[in-house]
Amino acid sequence: MAVIEIKQVAKTFGSFTALHSVDLTIADQEFMVLLGASGCGKTTLLRIIAGLETPTTGEVWIGGRRVDHLPPRERGIAMVFQNYAVFPHLTVFENIAFGLRMKKMDQAEVTRRVNRTAELMHIEQLLKRYSGELSGGQRQRVAVARALAMEPDVILMDEPLSNLDALLRLEMRAELKGVLAESKTTTIYVTHDQVEAMSLADRISVMNGGRIVQAANPVEVYRNPAARFVGSFIGNPPMNFLKAEPAGAGKWQVAGQVFDGPAAAAAEFAIRPEDLHPAEAGLPAEVRVVEPLGPHTLITASVAGQPFRAVLESNLLPAPGDMLRLAPVPDRIRWFDPATQSAL
Amino acid sequence: MPRLLPYLLLLPATAFLCLFFLYPFVQVAHDSVMRNGVYTLENFSRMAGHWKFSTAFWNTMILAAVVVPIQLAMALTMASIVTKLQRGRSTILYIFAIPLGISDLAAGLIWLSVFEQSGFLNSLLVGLGIVDRPILLLGYQNTWIIFIAIVLAEVWRATAIMMVILVAGMGLIPKEYGEAADVFGASRWQKFRRVTLPMLKPSLQTALILRVILAFEVFAVVVALGGTQLPVLMSETYHWQFAMQERGVAAAFAMVILGVSVAFTILILRLLHVPKGARV
Amino acid sequence: MSVTSVRRAGNRVFIAGVALLILWVLLPIWLLFVNALSAPAEVTGFPKRFIPSFDLASLSFFFGFSGVVDALWNSVKVAALTMILSIGVGAPAGYALSRFDFPGKETFRFLVVMTRAFPLPLLALPLAVMFIRTGLDDTITGLALVHTTLALPFAVLITFSLFSGIPLELEEAAWTLGCTRLQAFTKVILPLAAPGIAASAVFAFVISWNEVFAAAVLTIENRTLTAFLLQSIDVSPLPLKFAGGAALVLPALFFIFAVRKYLFAMWGIANR
Repeated sequence: MAVIEIKQVAKTFGSFTALHSVDLTIADQEFMVLLGASGCGKTTLLRIIAGLETPTTGEVWIGGRRVDHLPPRERGIAMVFQNYAVFPHLTVFENIAFGLRMKKMDQAEVTRRVNRTAELMHIEQLLKRYSGELSGGQRQRVAVARALAMEPDVILMDEPLSNLDALLRLEMRAELKGVLAESKTTTIYVTHDQVEAMSLADRISVMNGGRIVQAANPVEVYRNPAARFVGSFIGNPPMNFLKAEPAGAGKWQVAGQVFDGPAAAAAEFAIRPEDLHPAEAGLPAEVRVVEPLGPHTLITASVAGQPFRAVLESNLLPAPGDMLRLAPVPDRIRWFDPATQSAL
Repeated sequence: MPRLLPYLLLLPATAFLCLFFLYPFVQVAHDSVMRNGVYTLENFSRMAGHWKFSTAFWNTMILAAVVVPIQLAMALTMASIVTKLQRGRSTILYIFAIPLGISDLAAGLIWLSVFEQSGFLNSLLVGLGIVDRPILLLGYQNTWIIFIAIVLAEVWRATAIMMVILVAGMGLIPKEYGEAADVFGASRWQKFRRVTLPMLKPSLQTALILRVILAFEVFAVVVALGGTQLPVLMSETYHWQFAMQERGVAAAFAMVILGVSVAFTILILRLLHVPKGARV
Repeated sequence: MSVTSVRRAGNRVFIAGVALLILWVLLPIWLLFVNALSAPAEVTGFPKRFIPSFDLASLSFFFGFSGVVDALWNSVKVAALTMILSIGVGAPAGYALSRFDFPGKETFRFLVVMTRAFPLPLLALPLAVMFIRTGLDDTITGLALVHTTLALPFAVLITFSLFSGIPLELEEAAWTLGCTRLQAFTKVILPLAAPGIAASAVFAFVISWNEVFAAAVLTIENRTLTAFLLQSIDVSPLPLKFAGGAALVLPALFFIFAVRKYLFAMWGIANR
């Protein structure tokens, strides 16, 4: 039960700035995902919240208490690490009990809590084993159980699923979502996997170059990217961008076509690949590569000399070299300022 | 506190090294140019003027020049064998590494049992009828046999240290490179010469520096096998310190050993220099 | 010849080479033990047999020789003290190097690595004077201090590689689970590093046990076994020398066996 407030937190390592004055508030019981490519500062931010890293400037508040000068153990947090960090010299039972023993909890309560969380994570049959005898997925479960057993106000997760294979990741993702919703803790979850972020998050903070570019719910982040980066990072394939020439009074000419747009000095046209359909009139696209993917067909084309992708119905199978006319869904068109890169 | 913690942890070791490593070396340098309370080079001239000095100096150098290349070749062979082995690897590695734990004095005594007049070599020679009666192998008239005995003892004792360094170094080279060389049609020898050896440079550097310096420090093996018949720098240092009670001259000897060691360290670092980007 | 027979011949050469190298290492040790386990008359006699008569007279002569038992005991004491000092001083430094980035770190590493480019036993010469001034001359403690200087660089580098091999995540996990730095170290890092620390302690013991020059320079009355053997080498009879040699070698065999797994930790890191 805790609100987390991050106030103007910055972090520099020598001459490298990992975080530029980040502000973020995470509501009680919210599931917040920090999403970004490697090196964007998301892990640094998480480690600052955990107390494993000290911010160069700024404040961190957890549950109304300023914690940035406190060691990790006094912050009321629990953390799940990327490589699980299951202690190899202790049994699964002792791993889960580790934090409880540090709190000097009595043995009956320790046993009760360990058994309960082990059951929750379906590892009750593994309690006597050592980490070396567990599979990656099982280790992952132990790491989560160890964090849950603490009944913390806040759970921090650093790419917890990135070392699992694809199928297991899918399974654990669904399970984590259920378990964490039930535990009613505030969760901060770091990942570079956008699908994971979309499926788990109440809100996603998209990070780039040490800044939070957009913090909003998953649909909003997908539909209305606040910046060109968000559009180009989220979505597979990502958004298409095309140059636009002003054609007077809120009109813009894009690859010979005229669209209604914002009143601005300069703008860039953007459209998601799935928001296009073949039509009589539309953007002229010369097909380069055709990839039939089953449910749909992915077209890589060239529009006015710029790379362009479209996701079309699978019964459409153009050949490389064909000319297509692709019409965008009007209310899905987005515009960005080429100078500031932010949405118009 | 967290910022000071690493310094706190390093403090004892740093203090220790300053007191027992840096200070003594400053002191020994100081002693070498100090005689009867005045700064002078007389210690060095007394050292160089003594008839045994150039013998001791060249004995040490030649010994190192003979021993180190043999050890390098043997250590490379042993390391290649250990790296290649699939079965019995740890046992053979243990056996090869045994001399690592044996002191130079013990090694000298071990080879003494072979070379002394009633020793095993004579027993073998007589047994095979090559000589009629045991000959005095380690006598002043056969300094070259003493030399060979010392070379054997040194090679026997101190190859292990190079081997272990090289095995560790070979372990750091990913197998893919050798496999790539196979695919491109390299023979075993070419693979060793063109892939393994260049990648082993950092380990070779470590191994050679360590070994060359130990070679200049050769002492107990020489005393055990040759007594005073084959003087080397270290035994002369010991002699001047104790028998002659001339600390200044002993310090001068120490400076010579130190100078040669540092010179060779720099030389090896230069010769086997690996640019930062070219490491494994 | 077919390819397989060439390969088989190559294999035979390989196996013969391995056997030869094993013989080269083990035979001299065997010969020393043949001498140590034969009667004094056989040791000085001729020709030699290549199999010991298992007569313990040489050994009992050795142990009965005046000063031997004291020297042996001194060796053990010096080596044990060296072991404790070098780990006690070296392990914290190794931990600091593996876990922190701080100004001066490279300077310290350079200082440690540099010690290996110097003939360390030589520093016994000036220390002899310093020890006389401080009353440490001819004492177990004084010699152990010098031996610690020899063993310390190894202790630092070995523990550095040991601690570096334990993921920082484990320690961080312990912190988030309520541990102080010290608790995380004792409850997580220490149990995991213990075997390696023991191995580097053994290594320090061996360095001290085997050291000759400094021991001979720094001790007169309280001689260690190596110093005793060296200083009496001109006058002592052969059986005494060989029994002494065997007494030096035997523990070394066990020690190297005990630390065989960690031989690489000592050197692998030195290449970086």
